[in-house]
Amino acid sequence: MTELVVLSGKGGTGKTSVTAGLVHLAAAGSPPLQLTAVDADVDAANLALLLDPETEAETEFISGKVAHLDPDLCSGHRNCLQACRFDAVIDRGAGAAPLIDELACEGCAACVYACPEGAIAMQPELTGYLRQSRTAWGPLYHAALLPGGENSGKLVMAVRQMAREAAGQAGSELIVTDGPPGIGCPVVSAITGADAALIVTEPGLAGAHDLERIVQTVQHFGLPVTICLNKADLLPDGVAEVERFAHGAGISIAGVIPWDEEVLESVVARRPVTTRPDSPAARALADLWARLRDDFLP
Amino acid sequence: MRIAVASGKGGTGKTTLATSLAIALAREVADPGERILLRDCDVETPNAHLYLEPRFDVRIEVGPPVPAVDEELCTLCGRCAEVCEFNAISVLDDQVLLFSDLCRGCGLCSTICPVAAISEVPRILGIIEAGPTPFGPRLARGVLHTGEALAVPVIRGLKQWDAWSPGSGEDTLPDPPRPDHIVIDCPPGTTCPVVESMRGAEAVLLVTEPTPFGLHDLELITEVVRFLHLPAAVVVNRDGTGFDDLDAFCDRAGLPIVLRIPFSRAIAEGTARGRPLIEIEPGLADELAALPERFAALGREGGS
Repeated sequence: MTELVVLSGKGGTGKTSVTAGLVHLAAAGSPPLQLTAVDADVDAANLALLLDPETEAETEFISGKVAHLDPDLCSGHRNCLQACRFDAVIDRGAGAAPLIDELACEGCAACVYACPEGAIAMQPELTGYLRQSRTAWGPLYHAALLPGGENSGKLVMAVRQMAREAAGQAGSELIVTDGPPGIGCPVVSAITGADAALIVTEPGLAGAHDLERIVQTVQHFGLPVTICLNKADLLPDGVAEVERFAHGAGISIAGVIPWDEEVLESVVARRPVTTRPDSPAARALADLWARLRDDFLP
Repeated sequence: MRIAVASGKGGTGKTTLATSLAIALAREVADPGERILLRDCDVETPNAHLYLEPRFDVRIEVGPPVPAVDEELCTLCGRCAEVCEFNAISVLDDQVLLFSDLCRGCGLCSTICPVAAISEVPRILGIIEAGPTPFGPRLARGVLHTGEALAVPVIRGLKQWDAWSPGSGEDTLPDPPRPDHIVIDCPPGTTCPVVESMRGAEAVLLVTEPTPFGLHDLELITEVVRFLHLPAAVVVNRDGTGFDDLDAFCDRAGLPIVLRIPFSRAIAEGTARGRPLIEIEPGLADELAALPERFAALGREGGS
């Protein structure tokens, strides 16, 4: 079983559209692959919007703790104000019980130990949901973090672990994981233990800048990596620029997808663009998938 | 006014909007380098500098304080490991193991240690940079080092610094000049880095696009904005897909749409090359410069 994570650094380069296309091509190709899809972009999970899933099971994700202050036990010493380094304790004046700002609370419990009255306790928080769904192209594991939630990295780990266990039992050959943007905590959680990474980038200064940062991050964790250039003809020198970078970094370019308005149309229609097989983007995705399967994936 | 520019979904045009908003505001004042600041809080993938071409005159390393254990004093009692909520300390029979990458810098271990064996040392996670730009606004940004996971301490460091102080820094600075407007370029998503970036803002400009992705992520970020009790307004970027559900949602949610930017390949090409939107579409300048007043009016209506 191989897990391919699709990443981008910069948001909006087309990660989710590429992932949905790969899922469709791999599962509906000949020979079809036993495939499991994962949406690890738990902040803004959009893969489900293209795969039309039917949710079979949902479980609560309880992670991390938040301080709760019992005003009846508080006698207004306000030691908690001093103890908190995250501005999560709101002063309401001498003698009054402070308020805890749950969004700002880091969950460190410094206030708990500072309180002489034992008025503060740490309580586990519901931070999101894990979902197991069925799609026309195999199972989908996805998650939704409650807005403003902490621990997105842990939820990413949880959804991937759930998918890997189920994929192992079902004899899935491939897991395709739609990763989060950026290079920080959720990205680190999405690539830890995965087998290979596909980075979707786009021409231009911002795309190039963020490509470099995500490549460094993925290489820091030792994953084999390849690049897909999306919206490739947006700039005339777009392909040459990425080729230059890839050559310098010793990375292959597995796919080049042209600017194609059918991608946007298929997103609005909530279908993978590969369900319009004659569109320029779908043809390019078919080439990308063939190259990933034959030359890149372990 | 402190205006945060945010969007649940990445790539909707946050940085494009934020940089042009800052430039539009800068054109209204005589000394924009003092009075208009763009704060790039997308420390994982900062891009505002690509449009504003700053000359950085401030560069500071930032990171949370992490524990350092004095082995002479330590009695291996294990109290620090017991209280740490993040499993960043482990006490074995003969030594203390520190896992600094898990540490959030709360300081509880050093406070709780009965023999005062734990001191705190900074762990550098990234840098803060700031400087003037030829477009007028000053730019301040944080940059998370690649391979590091924790963006929030870098954002926090950026907010504390705000970079109004060319030179050495530290605590000896005179009162920094307070800018009239701070435009905050937020990271994508809806979780802790976004909340940290928005906290302290007075209004939020939500940038979205008329697709099911744009709408879904707008719904999520709107909930975050509601938690923080901030007045918000929407910019519809790449308008003209024929997806009407977005307008219907904004209507229901009471989110005014203050700007619509049509889909145009010229804008996509120009911004990819690093040209500020306001130079590609000069007609947007007045509407952008009027945004603080529109938010002030919204705040008065909403009473929040």
